[in-house]
Amino acid sequence: MLNAIAGKLRGIGHRIIDRLWRLGAAVRFFGYTLIYSGESFRRLHLTIREIYFTGVMSLVIILVSAFFVGMVLALQGYNTLQKYGSSEAIGVLVALSLVRELGPVVTALLFAGRAGTAITAEIGLMKTTEQLSAMEMMAVSPIARVVAPRFWAGVISMPLLAALFSMVGILGGYLVAVPLIGVDHGAFWSQMQANVDFQADIVNGVIKSAVFGVACTMIALFEGFDAPPTAEGVSRATTRTVVNSSLAVLGLDFVLTSFMIS
Amino acid sequence: MERTTIDLWVGIFAAAGAAALLGLAMKVGNLTSSDIGETYTVTAAFENIGGLKPRAPVKSAGVVVGRVDAIQFDTETYEAKVTLKVDKRYPFPKDTFANIYTAGLLGEQYVGLEAGGDEASLQNGDKITHTQDAVVLEKMISQFLYNKASESNDKKETE
Repeated sequence: MLNAIAGKLRGIGHRIIDRLWRLGAAVRFFGYTLIYSGESFRRLHLTIREIYFTGVMSLVIILVSAFFVGMVLALQGYNTLQKYGSSEAIGVLVALSLVRELGPVVTALLFAGRAGTAITAEIGLMKTTEQLSAMEMMAVSPIARVVAPRFWAGVISMPLLAALFSMVGILGGYLVAVPLIGVDHGAFWSQMQANVDFQADIVNGVIKSAVFGVACTMIALFEGFDAPPTAEGVSRATTRTVVNSSLAVLGLDFVLTSFMIS
Repeated sequence: MERTTIDLWVGIFAAAGAAALLGLAMKVGNLTSSDIGETYTVTAAFENIGGLKPRAPVKSAGVVVGRVDAIQFDTETYEAKVTLKVDKRYPFPKDTFANIYTAGLLGEQYVGLEAGGDEASLQNGDKITHTQDAVVLEKMISQFLYNKASESNDKKETE
């Protein structure tokens, strides 16, 4: 009986220490990435190639989801707003929810699923097939050659993707609100412009998406780099990337929002 | 340097992203409407500003002529000191009235300027002396109830 409880406690303690160990390793990994990031700008074509794979290739899913999210927002918003006779405020509703919250957050979640998993699987497989060790043998730092370009590609891509998401979402909302439902065209845009603040809403949204970019890419890179070099290890690491990135994005979103609203 | 199609795509991506940001700033946000050119600053003291906030519009005859720059509490007079930035194109007489109005029944509050008849106009740093406070709904209701109660008392006394 006592032994069983002690065993349980030991298990919990072991797991906590293991997590802390991993966290410390992740911080060290982040530090190395920043130290070696000069390399990724000196060999810019590597970073540009990665922007292509993480940013450009994510465009389709981001834009299509943005369009539908905007349309659904407009439909749902109209449903409630027309009860209060203020269906012109639909532009404000769509724009504010997209620019402040949905743009950065949904982009980051999709990015983690679309690009984060690819990064983890790629680096995990590079490790499994000992390409990373081979680089080290040739005195090429894998962090400078593989990790840093992917990191900066993610950090650069995310705000651009989030801005595109917000813009396309607003266009989707416009299409539903104005031609389909019949909200006045002028009121839609003028109310939006009167209530969306450049500093408080748009700039803060960009800041949010940049922070999410750092978090998502870093988690994906670290999980890949830290994956056990087996097929199972890589698959688990890919799953962890999605779970951890999503949790990190939602948690960070709360923290950032509470700073920005106050 | 060798050019690749990847470069082209990344270029398109970056340009589209930048265009989206610009579109958000210009079409969605208030970056274009917020700058009202050169301004002059005047202050006004109110006993109660209600829900007035910095950056609220300053209107005259319904036209936006400026913005509320800052709101401070004056510890000597125990009044709210509201700093207004008014567009240089619109000079106002020295005896201009500053009122705090509410847009609609429950809308946001703004400062309304009503021009007086003075020949000299407000200069940078001047103070508007004629002000009217924000309407506080609770005060109005309690006043109304008080009046009603005293009315019925009067009736009883006369009866």
